[in-house]
Amino acid sequence: MLEVEGLTSHYGRIQALKGIDLEIAEGELVALVGGNGAGKTTLLRTLSGVQPASAGRIIFRGRDITRSSPVARVGQGICQVPEGRQVWGPISVEDNLRLGTVKRRGSDVAADLERMYAMFPVLKEKRAQAAGTLSGGQQQMLALCRALMANPDLLLLDEPSMGLAPLLVDQILEAVLALKAQGVTVFLVEQNAFAALKIADRGYVIETGKIVLCDRGQTLLDNDRVKEAYLGI
Amino acid sequence: MSEFLQFAFSGITVGAVYAMVALGFTIIYNASDVVNFAQGEFVMLGGMSTVFLAAFGLPLPLAALLAILIAALTGVALNKLVIEPARDASVVTLIIITIGASIFLRGIAQVIFDKQFHRLPSFSGDDPIAVLGASLTPQSLWVLGGAAVIVVLLYVFFNRTLFGKSILATSHNRLAAQLVGVNVRFVLMISFALSAAIGAVAGILVTPITLTSYDVGTMLALKGFAAAMLGGMGNPIGAVVGGLLVGLAEALGAGYLSSEYKDAVAFVIILAVLFFLPRGLFGKTGTERV
Repeated sequence: MLEVEGLTSHYGRIQALKGIDLEIAEGELVALVGGNGAGKTTLLRTLSGVQPASAGRIIFRGRDITRSSPVARVGQGICQVPEGRQVWGPISVEDNLRLGTVKRRGSDVAADLERMYAMFPVLKEKRAQAAGTLSGGQQQMLALCRALMANPDLLLLDEPSMGLAPLLVDQILEAVLALKAQGVTVFLVEQNAFAALKIADRGYVIETGKIVLCDRGQTLLDNDRVKEAYLGI
Repeated sequence: MSEFLQFAFSGITVGAVYAMVALGFTIIYNASDVVNFAQGEFVMLGGMSTVFLAAFGLPLPLAALLAILIAALTGVALNKLVIEPARDASVVTLIIITIGASIFLRGIAQVIFDKQFHRLPSFSGDDPIAVLGASLTPQSLWVLGGAAVIVVLLYVFFNRTLFGKSILATSHNRLAAQLVGVNVRFVLMISFALSAAIGAVAGILVTPITLTSYDVGTMLALKGFAAAMLGGMGNPIGAVVGGLLVGLAEALGAGYLSSEYKDAVAFVIILAVLFFLPRGLFGKTGTERV
């Protein structure tokens, strides 16, 4: 579904991605783990088109989208839940969700809203409140649902577990697994390597802008290098 | 009492104009963080274009409509040709750019139109309406009504339509807006068009009262800016309240002190706000140093 070939990206003169190659098949849940500053967020930003690629190609469903605008990519079914949630604080929960539909394909917004509320009932309770009044975990749920409102085929998740209590992390990851079961392809970027690799079909390990390892999720969990660097075992 | 009322009437009339200019500042500031000092030129374009189109024999409503369109297109061009190429510039640089653009627009207006003062006929005659011993001109009611209609329309647009909300969303968090597929460039374009159109409406409505010429924009921009600052930059309610307060202060100052000081009032307000209330009456918390 998604193929990335030799993707590089720069912030000014600093090269953040040094030739990324990866592949995600339809229906897969693929994790990307790596430390702070390894280029995880930059990779997702480049996939969404909010950060320009300097070289390489991004192919989505056989089409080269390397130069497509962020808007066009959402239209083609790539949605991102950004790092740090980025909900619109002063805007109500329900309007945050509705705004997820600006580039939507398909029309039954009301049914999808109900689907989101069924997934996270707390959002329904607080739907009239300003999103900024929600707790961190609730904001993460909202950010996830906002992206889902666009009916994505490929969901890019940036650090959904960041700053959340373990119980909430489990709740979010369960929701991710449920989405996978519904046929959404998920690319999950995490510093919490254990949680991510545990649920992923396959995983990539990124270090200083390069993919250094790629294997099945469980195999990576057993890999000595991964254990030492990311799992602290 | 009737004297006070008379000053108050003229105060809220000009105040409504300042409020419309301040709303223009607010819309562009929210969408792009740019303080657009060419805002007054939209008001001038609205008034002057209507005068000249009407002089060509167009009926007044049609001339006014075209004038609003001309101003809106000017706003779009300003964004496309002047602001967008400098998107990564600092706030101060962008402000200087808009001041440059306003001087440019004034120069063009001087060539295309002329340097004379012009007036439009009052829309509903000139017979004043007596209210408690003071008199109110029908044109004042047009100005106040126009401002009220604009406020209501803006409220509905920003609170009841998905596109309006997506403009608000862009102003709160541009990255998140891009990631759900909001076309941020289009949002900016519409913001400039909208604020230019509002400025033009103000210019058309007030021309029968205050006359217009190629250079009325400078003062209006400064007073609208004072109003927006007083209300708290970026807050639409603040813009309206600020506009009315600046207008009232100006009219009362001119009436009770001396009309010599009329224009000074707005500047005293800017200074006072900056010294004592840098966030304005309804401003957001947190200030940005430039």
